Amino acid sequence: MDVSPELQKTVSPKSFSWNFGDTVFKYLTQFFASLVLLMILLMAYEMYASSSLSIQKFGWSFLTSSEWDPVMDKYGALPFIYGTLVSSLLALVIALPLGIGIAVFLVELAPKWLERPFSFTVELLAGIPSIVYGLWGFFIMVPWLRSTVEPFFSKHVGFIPLFEGAPYGVGMMAAGVILSIMILPIIASISRDVLKAVPISQKEAALALGSTRWEATRIGLSYSRSGIIGATILGLGRALGETMAVTMVIGNRPVIKASLLEPGYTMASVLANEFTEATSEMYISALIEIALVLFVVALLVNASARLLVWSFTRNSDTGGRL
Amino acid sequence: MAEVLEKEDIIINTMASLPPTSTKTTDQPAVKKITAESINCYFGKVHALKNISFAIPEHSVVAIIGPSGCGKSTFLRSINRMHELIPDSRITGKLTLDGDDIYAMDAVVVRKRIGMVFQKPNPFPTMSIFDNVSAGLRMNGMRDKKALAEIVEKSLKQAALWNEVKDSLSKSGISLSGGQQQRLCIARTLAVSPEVILMDEPASALDPISTAKIEELIYELKKDYTIAIVTHNMQQAARVSDYTAFFYMGELIEYDSTKSIFTIPKKKQTEDYITGRFG
Amino acid sequence: MEKFFFQYRTFKSVVMYGLCILSALIAVVPLVLIFYHTISLGIGALNVDFFTKLPKPVGEPGGGLANAIVGTMILVGLGSLIGLPVGVFAGVYLAEFGRNKFGTIIRFLTDVLNGVPSIVTGVVAYTVVVLPMKHFSAYAGGFALGILMIPIITRTTEEMLKTVPHSYREAALALGIPQWKTTLRIIIPAALGGIVTGIMLSIARAAGETAPLLFTALNNRFWHTTLNQPIASLTVFIYNYGVSPFEDWIAQAWAGALVLILLIFILSMVVRFATRQRY
Repeated sequence: MDVSPELQKTVSPKSFSWNFGDTVFKYLTQFFASLVLLMILLMAYEMYASSSLSIQKFGWSFLTSSEWDPVMDKYGALPFIYGTLVSSLLALVIALPLGIGIAVFLVELAPKWLERPFSFTVELLAGIPSIVYGLWGFFIMVPWLRSTVEPFFSKHVGFIPLFEGAPYGVGMMAAGVILSIMILPIIASISRDVLKAVPISQKEAALALGSTRWEATRIGLSYSRSGIIGATILGLGRALGETMAVTMVIGNRPVIKASLLEPGYTMASVLANEFTEATSEMYISALIEIALVLFVVALLVNASARLLVWSFTRNSDTGGRL
Repeated sequence: MAEVLEKEDIIINTMASLPPTSTKTTDQPAVKKITAESINCYFGKVHALKNISFAIPEHSVVAIIGPSGCGKSTFLRSINRMHELIPDSRITGKLTLDGDDIYAMDAVVVRKRIGMVFQKPNPFPTMSIFDNVSAGLRMNGMRDKKALAEIVEKSLKQAALWNEVKDSLSKSGISLSGGQQQRLCIARTLAVSPEVILMDEPASALDPISTAKIEELIYELKKDYTIAIVTHNMQQAARVSDYTAFFYMGELIEYDSTKSIFTIPKKKQTEDYITGRFG
Repeated sequence: MEKFFFQYRTFKSVVMYGLCILSALIAVVPLVLIFYHTISLGIGALNVDFFTKLPKPVGEPGGGLANAIVGTMILVGLGSLIGLPVGVFAGVYLAEFGRNKFGTIIRFLTDVLNGVPSIVTGVVAYTVVVLPMKHFSAYAGGFALGILMIPIITRTTEEMLKTVPHSYREAALALGIPQWKTTLRIIIPAALGGIVTGIMLSIARAAGETAPLLFTALNNRFWHTTLNQPIASLTVFIYNYGVSPFEDWIAQAWAGALVLILLIFILSMVVRFATRQRY
């Protein structure tokens, strides 16, 4: 092999030795790793291509029109976008304080022996399939909301538009509650991890200044703010795409109403309900466009959440590695 | 300026003063098992080894001593290219094994010829004692069961472990005591029949009795192998080695027969270190 | 005044911690209720027939979901054919070679893929598999589940491989074992427990998925004869039966949910047990 003396001086191991097995192994695993990238590109391309009919016909008005009329072949996704956003935000409003509370409980208060079983409980909650939440929500939670919770709201705060109307049981509120249960584990467990990553010196400094324990915890919380925001957005991401449980309790009516007691519809549930029934090409195309919108939103939400969580836990995450 | 001169001085010195016993044969490369010529090693921006020139004579034990962080482990690892596992590492200069350029060979071949024993015993956790010793051979394609069994027995005997484990070869390697584990690791290294064995503080994690056994072993192994051992224990260096190299701040300060290093060191830094004034 | 202020702060501390404990308690409530209701409502319809008989038409009592249980197994099996190799190898890549820009990007995208709603995966499987084949099939359902399994397996494989101490890799490489054999025969076996855990988690998740099967595998009230036709799954049956107006169907839906929950519970226990004893 002809190598200039310049090169020879800086001996680079890679350029001289070549091991067949290692090279094959590296490129083989790299190929499989690239499949992850390909998969995401394929998803985007497939949905874009299959929804071209609807994209061309409706353009941006697809996102702003609230008319969803399969009979007339007219499609606007606004009610679904609205329903997805409202049910997910409602879920966050309920789950976020609970999740942070649980994280603080686990990191600061729980005795050592309780930490493992409790974490296990939270994991189980995360492992229960969506369909089981749906079944439970439909048969147990919805009747309870209809008979107890919603009448309470109607009676006492019914004058607020948010709570007006008859208590159906199914509706935005039911979707928000079931979603909050489902995203609680993700918020709680990530918040716990970021709280644990808070340097002990932060807390000690606060305590040394005469803070109460809670005030020290508060400092820990504000220190790990970006991580907790990341956890929240991840929870949001999960809620946005949740399908079965929501489909079974939200009432599935494509309307935009201010009241949380009214039925609604989400992007995921309209796909679940109408995809197999869709007869015209335009109908299918419009549904796939909804999936594409959901996909893009999920990508954005997850990407930003991951970046936040990563930027926070990176130091503690990679510290032990060589 | 004075300092630069001194550095060159050291290099010239070490090249010329290759241990007294072998001075008559310095110009015959056959006895120099390993030679290093102006080795520089960098980790990112850290200059870990500075212009090291060095030779290890065949069938001898060379001890490398020096305070922590002086580059002695790095040097040892650069000999069988283990430093390449660390990202951002870069090396310049020339290292040879029997006159062949180590960095022009396949790393796998280099490591088969130059074995290594580590500071902490690290038998493979999922393997039995037998499988641990035969791992290097099996994974390089040796299938002959009978031959494997012979080599395992021979290696364990060489490592002075055979009598303790001959009835429990199928037991897990990590079920042994620390000292036994380290001898198992030595047997594992011997099984691939290397020409050179590098030992990176092989006894620092062991109790005194196990340490004594390892030292005895090193003495025995010298007959068949060339050994380089990094140690922070100067008594150990004095006991086991024929030649001693003193590293300080990434530089090779002095290299001579162990006897001279410990009795009449030529450099003040060496003397200071040996007499315990720093490090 | 100062004393009062301090008392207020202490009081606030107690109240806030009280709220934290309360939220922990609240989190347990739905779990307990879901388990309670699923068991009490599902146990009645859970009998031998449930596991061995086909679904009965409306009005006829009895029958079971045997085909759906087998169908779920087949779908998960098909999914594993995609998810296992891609997930494990991608995880190996990230752990072994992923310390570069490409690795960081893939790691990031894996997390992002994990966040893609499963119903969207179903839509993609529909356009990729169902549309060209012109009919619903087990293949399409398996494809959708496979995509869902990839990110879970990839990330746990990577994490588990990284828990294997670096010293084992060093030991193997120092014996002259090539890197790929080191990974396949030393590192992966050492992390096997954890990798299997990740695989089981992904299987549990896939077995509980409904949304991606709705318009890929569809459903089938009979035994399937080929993978090229719609196939029943436990989750889709739970959905169809759960929203039906027939009482015995609803009871069977609860029984199906109970089976799923028990499956998840057992797998989680096994996972707990397996991850307890890692390095």
